[in-house]
Amino acid sequence: MSVITVENVSKRYLLGKAVDRHATFRDAITYQLASLRHALTRSQSVAAKSKVRDFWALSDVSFAVEPGEVLGIIGRNGAGKSTLLKVLTQITEPTRGRITIRGRIASLLEVGTGFHPELTGRENVFLNGAILGMGKAEIRAKFDEIVAFAEVEEFLDTPVKRYSSGMYVRLAFAVAAHLEPEILVVDEVLAVGDAQFQKKCLGKMGEVATKDGRTVLFVSHNMGAVQTLCSRGIVLSRGAVICDSTVSAAISAYTSAGNGEMGAEFVTTRDPTCPAQILRATLADKHGEPVSEVEMGRHAFLVVEYVVNRDLRGLVVALLLSKDGMPLLYSYDCDLIEARREFRPDGLYSARVQLPTAMFKEGVYNAALLMGYGQDNITDPNASITFSIVNTTRDLTHHSARAERPGVLFQELEWEELRIDSDQSQARLRDEMSPQATASPRPREAPLGT
Amino acid sequence: MHRACCSSREQLLRGIFEVSIATDFELIIEPGRAHRRYWRDLWRYRELFYFLSWRDILVRYKQTVLGVSWSVIRPLLTMIVFTIVFGRIAKLPHAGVPYALLVYAGLLPWNFMSTALTEMSASLTSNTNLLTKVYFPRLVIPASALITSFVDLLISFVILLCVMGVYRFMPPWHMVLLPLAAVLAVVATAGCGLLFCALNVKYRDFRYVVPFIVQFGVYISPVGFGSDVIPAKWRLLYSINPAVGVIDAFRWCLLGRPGDLYLPGFLLSTAVSFVLLWYGLMIFRRTEREFADVV
Repeated sequence: MSVITVENVSKRYLLGKAVDRHATFRDAITYQLASLRHALTRSQSVAAKSKVRDFWALSDVSFAVEPGEVLGIIGRNGAGKSTLLKVLTQITEPTRGRITIRGRIASLLEVGTGFHPELTGRENVFLNGAILGMGKAEIRAKFDEIVAFAEVEEFLDTPVKRYSSGMYVRLAFAVAAHLEPEILVVDEVLAVGDAQFQKKCLGKMGEVATKDGRTVLFVSHNMGAVQTLCSRGIVLSRGAVICDSTVSAAISAYTSAGNGEMGAEFVTTRDPTCPAQILRATLADKHGEPVSEVEMGRHAFLVVEYVVNRDLRGLVVALLLSKDGMPLLYSYDCDLIEARREFRPDGLYSARVQLPTAMFKEGVYNAALLMGYGQDNITDPNASITFSIVNTTRDLTHHSARAERPGVLFQELEWEELRIDSDQSQARLRDEMSPQATASPRPREAPLGT
Repeated sequence: MHRACCSSREQLLRGIFEVSIATDFELIIEPGRAHRRYWRDLWRYRELFYFLSWRDILVRYKQTVLGVSWSVIRPLLTMIVFTIVFGRIAKLPHAGVPYALLVYAGLLPWNFMSTALTEMSASLTSNTNLLTKVYFPRLVIPASALITSFVDLLISFVILLCVMGVYRFMPPWHMVLLPLAAVLAVVATAGCGLLFCALNVKYRDFRYVVPFIVQFGVYISPVGFGSDVIPAKWRLLYSINPAVGVIDAFRWCLLGRPGDLYLPGFLLSTAVSFVLLWYGLMIFRRTEREFADVV
């Protein structure tokens, strides 16, 4: 039985002058008087003139969450993630649709909700805990744990306004981390805090999910965290679900959606006003045939056509290969041939560069072409192609290069291993050295390498 | 190790609980759905009432030197000023009891009602961070503002006993009915407070209306004078003000003058209080859904 079922949920906000026309009591009264007057004199109503715009923050969102699942919710800013969480946690009501929740749900939409700067750390722990739904007895029982997690023992009795931002965030998160709901909803709270703190929070949340078997809904922009923690991912874009799948697929869908069209070819029309311009970029195999997918372990070529509109000095054509927004490889066409940067005569050029795709794992990659002229960046932001590296031949079940496992590179490293000693000879050595009588023969265990 | 040996028992218990939790905690969120869980949630979050008013009291104490003593100084000073202005200078009649006591017995409920009303109206708008980030039944916020004012009432009551001691005044037997009068005070304030609270979220300039209403209220309520000075033909109309019933009840319980309890007026005032409570609660619950969107 699903622990959360979301069915066709939509949330509408009304924008426009008409909504705010009653923002003040004075206006409300004058409007009532005006409409009364209009009703009496049968003139046109005031309301008809103002326009109201609908903004659907969520449109027709449906998904289900199973118990014990860690679901990542990703999407651009404004996609509707926070609205979805607010609807799930009853902070705001959906306009349409229905949500069924089986279990206690607690949300962490902001660290330090309710913290009052004048109160001491100790008092704020109680206050914040109560606001998040813990009882006084529960907070008292977990108080020491919370303080130990936050590492603020010496500062418990100073007002929170004196805390550094790091201490503040640590204490706030510590309280929230010790909530014990069946369902925990976390919204980008890791955006604050230093790297060590983030690692600690991630660790704690991972513990909550795996050890305690709780369901976690995790909203974040930190793809690394999402990849590590979550087993499933949902991508929201403009209020709708565009992907509901494994976390790797979701991350790829998110990054490629952000990059515009997923195309293995880029073509544009010539613009004579720019000093130089990329006209065409295609991914091709070694025979020159255009492809959009590369088999893992094979190379591919990028074929680029660009035009230089007048003789230029200091023109550089560059390639940036990235995955999920993370830059992997940056290369200039003049790295090996300096002369290209010194002088480039005008004309139409065709370039071909071998992409070292053999060393990367499966996934969706982006090859962007950049151009720099002297100090200016004359890059066309659309000059990029998106392609996938796929694995159709190898069984990677027990291999380190399986997609879900960490790392970007596909490198099969050589491990030299030698069995230097076995358990039996260790035991014999120990017996010879000790004066005691011989012990019973130890059970044989097969050591590494055999 | 410990986990391993307990896990089977845990699993058994969890199995039993899962069924009950599933049905117990099944929550359905739909637009317009009457939240039957609301009153249950209020009970579940009962400790929050205490915590929020504890926070307000603590903060008040921490920010000033006067702090706690403010709860003592304010009613005392007001009483002194009223006594001088209305008692000595204007010489309003005060049949039988020292004017100071008459005023103080009126100030006791009035201070509670006016501060509770002001605090309740502002409570939601000053706690926007809680409204937009955490879920709990929103009624908790104005309710805890009411509780904070009630604590002030209790402190003022202790001072009243001291003032009675100074004047060597013996309170009547019906002082034991004072808790009932206090309940009436809470009812009267709660209704108005909830109404203003909800209105304040929707219409931002409402916060200017509240002090005006309170100021106006001081003059039409029997704070500086006893209700017996009102001419008989106006007495019923004057009793529509819910504060009248409350203050008269307090005066009667504390001072025992028969002129205070005008039964028809008192019943009318009490009825108005209850109607206001029902109305305020209804408006509050109805607009509650939009709070997070509008605030």
